[in-house]
Amino acid sequence: MSIRVGNTDRAPSFPMAAKDALRNDQLRRNVRNATDIIRAKRALRVEEMPDWEQLRHAASDIKSHTLAYLDDYLEQFERNCEQAGGKVHWARDADEANAIAVALIKQYSGEEAAEVIKVKTMTSDEIQMNVALERAGIRAYETDLADMIVQMSNDEPSHIVVPALHKNRFEVREIFREQMGLNDLGDQPTDLTDAAHDYLREKFLRVRIGISGANFAIAETGSVCVVESEGNGRMCITMPDVLISLIGIEKVIPAFQDLEVFLQLLARSATGERMNPYNSFWTGVKPGDGPKEFHVILLDNGRTALLKDERERETLACIRCGACLNACPVYRETGGHAYGSIYSGPIGAILSPQLQSLEHSRSLPYASSLCGACYEVCPVKINIPEILIHLRGKIVHEDQTTLHGSLSAESLAMRAMSTVFLSHRRYEAAQRLAKLGQKIFERKGQLTNLPGLAGAWTEFRDLRPIPRQSFRDWWKTRAKTAPPSEKTS
Amino acid sequence: MSLTLTAREEILARIRAALPDLRVPAEASHASIPRSYGRLSNLDRPACSQLFIDRLLDYDTEVIELTDATELRAAIEQTLRDAGEDRLLVPAGPLQMLVPDGVNSYVDHGLTTPELDRAQAVLTACEAAVASTGTIFLVHGGTQGRRVLTLLPDHHICIVRRSQVYGSVPEGLAALAMQSKKPITSISGPSATSDIEMVRIRGVHGPRRLTVLLYGDF
Repeated sequence: MSIRVGNTDRAPSFPMAAKDALRNDQLRRNVRNATDIIRAKRALRVEEMPDWEQLRHAASDIKSHTLAYLDDYLEQFERNCEQAGGKVHWARDADEANAIAVALIKQYSGEEAAEVIKVKTMTSDEIQMNVALERAGIRAYETDLADMIVQMSNDEPSHIVVPALHKNRFEVREIFREQMGLNDLGDQPTDLTDAAHDYLREKFLRVRIGISGANFAIAETGSVCVVESEGNGRMCITMPDVLISLIGIEKVIPAFQDLEVFLQLLARSATGERMNPYNSFWTGVKPGDGPKEFHVILLDNGRTALLKDERERETLACIRCGACLNACPVYRETGGHAYGSIYSGPIGAILSPQLQSLEHSRSLPYASSLCGACYEVCPVKINIPEILIHLRGKIVHEDQTTLHGSLSAESLAMRAMSTVFLSHRRYEAAQRLAKLGQKIFERKGQLTNLPGLAGAWTEFRDLRPIPRQSFRDWWKTRAKTAPPSEKTS
Repeated sequence: MSLTLTAREEILARIRAALPDLRVPAEASHASIPRSYGRLSNLDRPACSQLFIDRLLDYDTEVIELTDATELRAAIEQTLRDAGEDRLLVPAGPLQMLVPDGVNSYVDHGLTTPELDRAQAVLTACEAAVASTGTIFLVHGGTQGRRVLTLLPDHHICIVRRSQVYGSVPEGLAALAMQSKKPITSISGPSATSDIEMVRIRGVHGPRRLTVLLYGDF
């Protein structure tokens, strides 16, 4: 098995990476600026929908229904897609999906140099498809403006919807100047989009193989839907002779009619538009219109392991709008890279570790204050805080079952605490002891640098000292001095 | 029987092992999902048409309001003249009749990509439109052209009958349901990006300009 989510196997833990991110003022300004703008636009567009809550309910119901019948719907999608001239492949994990794509591209390229044009797909970042293509000698051109910026600067996406949100116009100009050889390129956003247009136009007209992801795969019709804004998606799915769509198995929805729910929620949540400029729907191959060959790769890569537990299963309802990232007070401070996964923010904090059976990204469920802003904006009502707590519990439990974990500072501290909390005498004695002991560590009314085990806590957070009089002390005095309560009529 | 499962068999087996055995049929369960959101718009036809116009303008779309179909040809001529364009792409069929005199028409009887790439503007009809989101639906083929026609030229001129404009997204999609297996594109304004500092820029790879000619009875 080679389940992979981007580079999570090499990523530092969140607290370490976040420290670096917090020192990067430019990054934080860019992230704050961009998320402020999207949040304001989203709020405006959600407010004008009187039935927003009902749409969220329906979306959540449709997703949970679909996941409960996932086998049925995948088979139905496969049947209808193949009936319309498409070919469906199944991939257990990242390596298998990449191998299928490479084999198809080599087969269709024949003697020619192998090249593909790609429309933004986070799923391809998840399986590190570009790395696999490059190893196989295939040149991949990302065509989404932000993805192109990320690819040209050997960077990683920092946001699900706006992958280059951490870069400002001046940084983008430098990247384009260098990569496209444009010395007199201006720094206005229009200059930059014009440069991207000219650079990619020739590729859209020439490259014979396209690669896409999918926002929705419709079981009833066997159709695929791609949601986008720039027109690069339409180019990639229309102009080439061969189209390969990489689709996570959770992207299937039952019926064409269900789009009436998701299409109303997605754009407003993602970019704060009433509707994004383009949605493309296609079914297999249409003679005389678009690609002559169409392949779908249905990807598992850890998804089926989330189905058994209903709480975990909810994670698969995500439609990748990114609203939870923009709303998250942690993401807004650190940006996406600190998460060490291409899936960042609250949804990344639950999706990345779960896809990999908690082998990597183990610090991510703790990268949250559990404030609940993510749940409030989620268009499919994924209860992210609950899942974060569930995963924290799982991680602690897993740790306690290993010898190393059971002797860890946290585990020992928790066991000691539990002994102390079980008896009021021990509890009061511990309080008295701590009150004496904390004095030398107090700075401006805060404990900022505790020694030993407690240091792991104060390394990242300030702690308020135990007050001179505890509630228990106060209660004892009060009982002696307070007058008898008077009855009111 | 081989002991090694195919990827397909293995993925389906994993799913079935994870899900409970006793399930009511999928169709029955799907049909029982409560849909309490607004499926029908409560706007009357003129209000619907006005909302559609407002939404189009909000997305930088040019709107030309006409009374009836007899005015289409002159409106197209005016639009092209204003834009300084004289190479117009049209799907083969009835729309050819609307190409103004003095304009080079590129009629799509299977034009090659380089030929299509020379056209400056394209003229199509549409299948349905949605007022609440300012969206136009093309069901490709016939007077709506194959997909590439409305993709390569820089200017898309789209003819919309007022009676094709629905209030809500559910109503608009319902109008397409019978043709849902054909290639469909929904268009809401010209192509755009906000990828750099969230500044919305009109026009990237798809047509940079969209003109809607709205005509006919409500």
